[in-house]
Amino acid sequence: MSLWEYANPKKFLATSERVLPFFWVSAGLCLVVGLVWGFFFTPDDFRQGSTVKIIYLHVPSAMMAINAWVMMLLASLIWLIRRHHVSALAARAAAPVGVVMTLIALVTGAIWGQPMWGTWWAWDPRLTSFLILFLFYLGYVALWEAIENPDTAADLTSVLCLVGSVFAVLSRYAVNFWNQGLHQGATLSLDKEENISDVFYFPLLVCIAGFVLLFIALVLYRTGTEIRARRIKALRLRERAAA
Amino acid sequence: MTALLMRDLALAIRAGGGFGLGLAFFLIVTVLVPFGVGPDPALLSRIAPGILWVGALLACLLSLDRLLALDWEDGSLDLLATAPLPLEGMLSVKALSHWIVTGLPLVLAAPVLGVLLNLPGPGYLWLTVSLALGTPALSVIGTFGAALTVGLKRGGLLLSLLVLPLYVPTLIFGAEVARRGAEGLDVATPLLMLAGISAGVIALLPFASAAVLRVNLR
Amino acid sequence: MMPDLGKYAETVLSAYAASIVLLVAIVVLTLLRGRRVRAEMERIEEKAGRDG
Repeated sequence: MSLWEYANPKKFLATSERVLPFFWVSAGLCLVVGLVWGFFFTPDDFRQGSTVKIIYLHVPSAMMAINAWVMMLLASLIWLIRRHHVSALAARAAAPVGVVMTLIALVTGAIWGQPMWGTWWAWDPRLTSFLILFLFYLGYVALWEAIENPDTAADLTSVLCLVGSVFAVLSRYAVNFWNQGLHQGATLSLDKEENISDVFYFPLLVCIAGFVLLFIALVLYRTGTEIRARRIKALRLRERAAA
Repeated sequence: MTALLMRDLALAIRAGGGFGLGLAFFLIVTVLVPFGVGPDPALLSRIAPGILWVGALLACLLSLDRLLALDWEDGSLDLLATAPLPLEGMLSVKALSHWIVTGLPLVLAAPVLGVLLNLPGPGYLWLTVSLALGTPALSVIGTFGAALTVGLKRGGLLLSLLVLPLYVPTLIFGAEVARRGAEGLDVATPLLMLAGISAGVIALLPFASAAVLRVNLR
Repeated sequence: MMPDLGKYAETVLSAYAASIVLLVAIVVLTLLRGRRVRAEMERIEEKAGRDG
């Protein structure tokens, strides 16, 4: 029994069918608990007032925006090296979810920035890199949509994902150099003394777990959809060939 | 390789579009900016380095979809792919000829257009240097984009969408060199970063472009 | 029931509303497409099974 057995589409479908309900339910549970806890039962920050509650959406979605790209990068590598179709389709399935996560991070950030910094948007390194990440996602999705042949599309988008990752990291540093930021440093880190206080921390963790689980559920489900869509295409072709 | 370079250059010159179009586009962008932002000399001289860089970048982008598409249509790309020359080398030559046809004229024209935008005195040297260092990277990255979209019917717009985010680091450092040069500040750091990006891109990206082109020719 | 959001009520509420709309949108779109594709596949597979 190895991990690669799930590269078999049939096996993947069967297993994901079995575990999906668990992910949907736990994702929903975590999100509801975390967001309700955060929204109704946490105090206001002494400086930011009630806007601090936006953190429960902003931080998890920003994390998932980056994690989704990393997952696509890994899936692309697996496709390029081992040529498992499920892997390429998983990368395809994850991209629109990543787009939505990036969008949530940008929108909540803008709404949060308005009262705090007095502006919806600033060309701050973090904000700017997220905008660039958003553009990368758009290009990636557009390339998938544009190419007819599924294997060609998988190859090309995988290479684009690899090259894009390098350039995304480069852009991050370039943007850092280009402008000093308004945005605060990392909210969560393991090695720093001054983290946010526990009152905010625990509901935030629940929300992050919720976003992660939701992402997994969405990607598993969407990968299944992509596998079926691919099968439809193959069956149609066979039908046409037979006729 | 030299033969291929000569062929590409000859084709570009005979077709007439190469040298002229990118340059004319660059000129028009530069002329349009003062209409858009107003004729205030102080403002123009402040934004001149950035505008010239963005203009050069867009002019570069404009000619990318013809970089491989013409050879793809008449089938010579397949011949080139089966030639003894490795595909990586072929694409590097393609990028080089694209740079000679579009990048180099831009570099030479930029100081002249700088006059129109009231570019401050010390800016001319650094603008030229930064463009000379940066435009090769633009051509090589553009070749990657062209190789990605070569088989597509309406690849032009998609090509821009794919290539523009990849241009971000080059643009940031290039424009930063030009800006700091124009303001008489120290340019060493962004200049080195720009040179590093160009060198890295020229050395590594042709491999990705060739891999992508192989998939497209399959 | 409703916590006192102070002067930032609009900000917080609009951030939550926007995010929840986006999240629900992606989930609903995903499920709709998944359902459609699954039905389509079953239809075609049945047909293929009958013919061949």
